[in-house]
Amino acid sequence: MLDISEIKTIEHDVLIVGAGGAGLTAAIEASSQGMSTGIVMKSLLGKAHTVMAEGGMAAALANVDERDHWKIHFRDTMRGGKFLNVWRMAELHAKIAPERVRLLEEWGAVFDRTKKGLINQRNFGGHRYPRLAHVGDRTGLEMIRTLQDHGIHQGIQTYMECTALELLKNENDEVCGLVCMWRETGKFIIFKAKSIVFATGGGGKAWEITSNSWEYTGDGYALAYKAGAELMDLEFTQFHPTGMVWPLSVKGILVTESVRGEGGILLNSEGKRFMFDYIPERFRSETADTKEEASKWLSGDLNARRPPELLTRDVVARAIYEEVKAGRGSKHGGVYLNIASQRSAEDIKRKLPSMYHQFKILAELDITKEPMEVGPTCHYFMGGIRVDADTTMSSIPGLFACGECAAGMHGANRLGGNSLSDLLVFGYLAGKHATEYAKKIAVHSEFDADQVTKIIRSATDILNRETGENPYLLHEKLENNMQKYVGIIRTKDDLESGIDQLEKINKAYKNVRAKGASQFNPGWHEAIGLGNLLITSEAVARAALLREESRGAHTRADFPEEQKNWLNYNIIIKKGEDGKMKLAKVERPVPNPELERIAKSSIDALEKEIVEERKQEGI
Amino acid sequence: MAKRKFQIFRGDSENGVLVNFETEVKEGMVVLDVILEIQAEQANDLAIRWNCKAGKCGSCSVEINGKPKLSCMTRMNEYFSDQTITITPLKAFPVIKDLVTDVSWNYEQNKKIKPVKLAPESKSEKGYVMYQEDVERVQEFRKCIECYLCQNVCHILRDHDKKDKFIGPRYMIRVSSLEMHPLDIEDRIPELKKDYGSGMCNITHCCTDVCPENIKITDNGIIPLKERVVDRFYDPITIIKRKIFGKKKKRLPPF
Repeated sequence: MLDISEIKTIEHDVLIVGAGGAGLTAAIEASSQGMSTGIVMKSLLGKAHTVMAEGGMAAALANVDERDHWKIHFRDTMRGGKFLNVWRMAELHAKIAPERVRLLEEWGAVFDRTKKGLINQRNFGGHRYPRLAHVGDRTGLEMIRTLQDHGIHQGIQTYMECTALELLKNENDEVCGLVCMWRETGKFIIFKAKSIVFATGGGGKAWEITSNSWEYTGDGYALAYKAGAELMDLEFTQFHPTGMVWPLSVKGILVTESVRGEGGILLNSEGKRFMFDYIPERFRSETADTKEEASKWLSGDLNARRPPELLTRDVVARAIYEEVKAGRGSKHGGVYLNIASQRSAEDIKRKLPSMYHQFKILAELDITKEPMEVGPTCHYFMGGIRVDADTTMSSIPGLFACGECAAGMHGANRLGGNSLSDLLVFGYLAGKHATEYAKKIAVHSEFDADQVTKIIRSATDILNRETGENPYLLHEKLENNMQKYVGIIRTKDDLESGIDQLEKINKAYKNVRAKGASQFNPGWHEAIGLGNLLITSEAVARAALLREESRGAHTRADFPEEQKNWLNYNIIIKKGEDGKMKLAKVERPVPNPELERIAKSSIDALEKEIVEERKQEGI
Repeated sequence: MAKRKFQIFRGDSENGVLVNFETEVKEGMVVLDVILEIQAEQANDLAIRWNCKAGKCGSCSVEINGKPKLSCMTRMNEYFSDQTITITPLKAFPVIKDLVTDVSWNYEQNKKIKPVKLAPESKSEKGYVMYQEDVERVQEFRKCIECYLCQNVCHILRDHDKKDKFIGPRYMIRVSSLEMHPLDIEDRIPELKKDYGSGMCNITHCCTDVCPENIKITDNGIIPLKERVVDRFYDPITIIKRKIFGKKKKRLPPF
């Protein structure tokens, strides 16, 4: 029999789950407010997915182009998100991002500099001005190391290689704890906490071709869902336009958007710069329509419009998909991305060192001489746990969410560079409000021992079965299914087939079995993560079936246009009382009129307004 | 495709053996692909750490035919097709299971290092002012992905196990990244000599040779630090100067 009293219990005021940029920022904020703060992570400290972010963090610092302003950043974000973003989140993000980036510098980050010695900023898709603070193409590493090195002196308790299994709630349905498993020993541990912040990232590991690592199994979505929280916008999964396509073993690995930000062009097998044929109406007036204008922009002409390679990710990913489908793809089924013809070898090595290195070693290709082959790869979840914009609290009291696992900030499509800044802004807000929440609670709630027993049993059952499904092969089945039926272009028939298959995989999962003992057993860990991934996948597929339109990253071949009516709805997902997944089309609140005015202004009018404002303020 | 032969260490810090595996190797595969394929098909509980699979996170460090490497950045075509490839865990750290080692000692070293402290007077309304040419030196050290390959080959740690005397190359360049930061005003030279053990390193460049980020750990990081220690503690002229004029301030960029 399982004896709960033998399991170690640790108490914290605020417990953070996930140690990427959002989780570390939240932990730093909570501990600086005097909270006893713990942070649980599946990997070692400093290895979270943030480390792979390359291009930069978007913030209207206006260091490179003085015309930049939070209003323009906000407008870009809303337009990129096809107006489905939570207005208030996009506002908070654009306003707070600059100060958080500067704070990172105070904590030791060493960004690339402008000639005047300020933080340098680069161009990126969908951003009107050079806006991304960066360090070559390893900005995520700089961010995570800075937060890590700052955080270790703050008294934060770190729990490395510790997997979150399930949330615990008290009799008032408030979050009060978390059951976890030490990966090293296979032993269990219970955390009691007054508030919990999820910063668990996304669930891209449900697809075969993805830029995500093994960690991205949708743990936050699944745990929150199982505890009764609402999820939102899950149909919006971003396929990054440029993942590696060759060799097969590296298929999906990210090729940073900075390659295009630094001038890289996309070509099909006929040598045509095809993006000129895919400029959407909404962006036509702000996008170059000739090669000549595009190259003027690259050489720094402020009056030239941006090249079409820097359209938003949803647009570029679909264009590549269409080119390949029409038989104009590259040798290995992608398209060509050429920076060699646009920049000197020295520039490329200086600005994109890790891309140079990555292609040189993994594909034996010199990007200063030859074009890369690239194609879409599942990259990011815009949707996630539904949160309050100001406090980041979910629909369960005491549970907060920030970063990729939270919904709302990016709407139907995220702009590159808005993720790292999202982590800084909403990580901070989550830490702040989880602290305020925890301060109001005098004593820790007691947890229900039966609930803990059940959670632990369902994990150990996987090890104790005599026979059963191989978790790795089952995961592969799931990946193939999502790639085939819930991919970049979706239809009703495909989605229904995908959901049917998911039900079969779910059934097989009930009999999943990990061989071996409980000590550092990746097969067991894989099986536990797979359970979360299945819930996540079902949510994505069902939401994608319900949204009968194409908007941002969600493309329905049977409903090819944006439907005005759908602009007023988000899809909310919740666990029903019968245990089945419930979806609802929930009307969006009326936007704040001032924010709506800003987002819908013409760029010229908005720029004039900012100039006037600055004059009056005497700047 | 022909099957290739592998020997992988299986066990823990007390008991362990090299186990033989055979698996197909397709074009373009790296050693980590092979390990993951064996894990999925033949040994579900084979323990290995990995994350990014693109040389950016530094999780998958192992020893391949005795050489410390990132398994995600080591292509199979570096080896002859009839060669048996032996994969073992990092030698300098205790094995937890199979290819996973206990690297917690490294995290303890980092905590000993005083954090960054920037000169407040160099902060402008638009943030700190520093120039690209002044930060490049520090940016080289900040490329470190904490794969601990340098810690693993450092003979002070690997062969002599003097983990109580020397923080190792990784943390020497962490100190370099702070000491050479153009605006940092903290002083870490006394600790460098006393607690971090800068005198232990005898400049064999082993760490530099294995660095997957090609950081010139010894020449650009450790040697300049050793010189600073010598200047401070062993050079009579600078000692007298400092007694008279006080500690030399770092150069601040002009406004």
